Amino acid sequence: MTATTAPASLAARMTRLRRSPWMNWKLLLGGGILLLMLLMEFYGPLIWDTEMAKVGSAPTNMAPVWVEADKKLGFKEGSPEHPLGTESNGRDMLALVLVATPRSLKVGLIAATVGIVVGIILGFASGFLGGWVDTIIRILSDSWMTIPGLAVLIVIASYVEEFNINSMALLIAIFSWPGPTRVIRSQVLSMRERGYVQMAQLSGASTPKIMFQEMMPNLLPYLAATFTATVSGAILAATGLELLGLGPTRIPTLGMTISNALRSSAILRGMWWWWGFPIIMLVVIFISLFLVTIGLDEIANPRLRGAQR
Amino acid sequence: MKNLSASYVLKRLGMFFLTVWLGATIIFIVPRLAPGDPVQAMVGRMLAEGTNVENAQEMVDVYRERFGLNDSLPVQYVKYLYNMATFDSGYSLAFFPAKVDDLIRRRLPWTLGLLSIALILSFIIGNTVGALLAWRRTPRWLNALLPFTLTFTSIPAYMVGILLLFFFAFSLDWFPFAGNYDKGMTPGWNLEFIWSVIRHGFLPALAIIMVSMGRWALGMRGMMITTDGEDYMILADAKGLRSGRIFWRYGIRNAILPQVTAFAVALGALAGGSVLVEIIFTYPGVGQLLYQAILNSDFTLIQGIVFYVIVGVSLAVLILDLTYPLIDPRITYHRN
Repeated sequence: MTATTAPASLAARMTRLRRSPWMNWKLLLGGGILLLMLLMEFYGPLIWDTEMAKVGSAPTNMAPVWVEADKKLGFKEGSPEHPLGTESNGRDMLALVLVATPRSLKVGLIAATVGIVVGIILGFASGFLGGWVDTIIRILSDSWMTIPGLAVLIVIASYVEEFNINSMALLIAIFSWPGPTRVIRSQVLSMRERGYVQMAQLSGASTPKIMFQEMMPNLLPYLAATFTATVSGAILAATGLELLGLGPTRIPTLGMTISNALRSSAILRGMWWWWGFPIIMLVVIFISLFLVTIGLDEIANPRLRGAQR
Repeated sequence: MKNLSASYVLKRLGMFFLTVWLGATIIFIVPRLAPGDPVQAMVGRMLAEGTNVENAQEMVDVYRERFGLNDSLPVQYVKYLYNMATFDSGYSLAFFPAKVDDLIRRRLPWTLGLLSIALILSFIIGNTVGALLAWRRTPRWLNALLPFTLTFTSIPAYMVGILLLFFFAFSLDWFPFAGNYDKGMTPGWNLEFIWSVIRHGFLPALAIIMVSMGRWALGMRGMMITTDGEDYMILADAKGLRSGRIFWRYGIRNAILPQVTAFAVALGALAGGSVLVEIIFTYPGVGQLLYQAILNSDFTLIQGIVFYVIVGVSLAVLILDLTYPLIDPRITYHRN
């Protein structure tokens, strides 16, 4: 097999790669940024002293380097040692952002992975088995979806004394399965009637084989799009809880930083860098996820490709 | 009302009770699944904080009795459901003699007012923007301008709130920083007071609208593209109807239907998001009360508020579901 395709020159392979629908610039840009942020956990300590994210490891209330100190508002002149400034507990903002960003992203990824796995199981069960299984799963996911998730998470989180990244993600996953379940169920329902699935059924393929070999590949773009949407929702929920002071308290996260800033009335004190940089990171995360979702949507739905009028 | 069959109404009512019951049950069960005994830990923490030493024991007793700590789990659960069903959330722990339900009812009008105005406006604006984006006859300058209104779609409402607060309340000082009306004003139906309420509510409402309109716009755009290609649109065009009439009565009227369903589904998330917006703007609604309750570890109040939020959202969804057959006469909800 490889022997026959090898002579097909590198150039030909490049064209095929370029023409592949997966070479979508929105998908690649968004995915690239997210990967860069996730890997921050590893390269962050190499480029900056991330130990300065701890309380009291830097002078307090320092402005970013390029901001002139305003005596009236009571913060100090910036120094190159803390380029993005410091906050009132003596944390270095650059170190804080480097440490917190991958964590926030990770919570979203774990929660969404749990949600999507549950969604695949329930969605396939619902779409394939039909009957009362379908009815129960459908009613359950429909009504689960209208429960205001954040409110319920607040109650639960207020009982739990200490969180880490994993327990936080699992908690949020309680509300991240109904969306994927609905999407997968409807796709399975429509695919079941398609020619190739019926063909496979007629030729006596087993149900798992149909599921994983025939349907999964076609489901992939939908799965990926639902996944990114779920990641986005999970990060939103996580930062919301952190904003209320209900997230992990020992390890810095983006939401916790914003929460601290608000509690110390950083807005009134003009210390915009305290809440500004975490917000910028979160906005970049959300926009990247949005780009990935749109890119995947265009892959799954060729009609949208180049549909700009 | 002939479209509203009894079985449909019953089914929707069933969904309503199911949702409320599910929400209440999750609140009850999940904390008890956590390692350790959360209720014991909570009582201990309350005692350790010792904020209200003279009647701490009394409060703990009320609490123990309320949670029926000595009962078995099923008995606790039944008691809990009974309390919830009768809207009896008991006493607040932090504001002790005050009842949870009274505290919530005092804040409720502010939240309902802010939220309903913001959500209805965002629904109207978002759908109009989305329809204009897809419509063939939209002026070119408008079509170039509209996408900018969707910039904030993928950003959470409270972050937009922080930005608005920084620019318009701190830097420019155009709007008040916190609260629902100027201090020292007596509430009443006079112009001065209403103006003060509008000035205070403007930024929080704007934050919710800016963030939530995008989802309606995107959904509407997709629907309108399909609708615009329908034969009756071409016929309406050929008949020489005014384009305003075609746009509203032929286009939007048909494309809006799935949007109403989407509205019902999104309500829960929107309500959660606006809780955070209230906190950012220290707007004295239910969300702000919830924040105080969290800071005070006032568990009965937290639980009570969240139950109200669940009931409120489910009720809104129920009302939307029941009005749906009225706007879409094709749907009779009979299984043939």
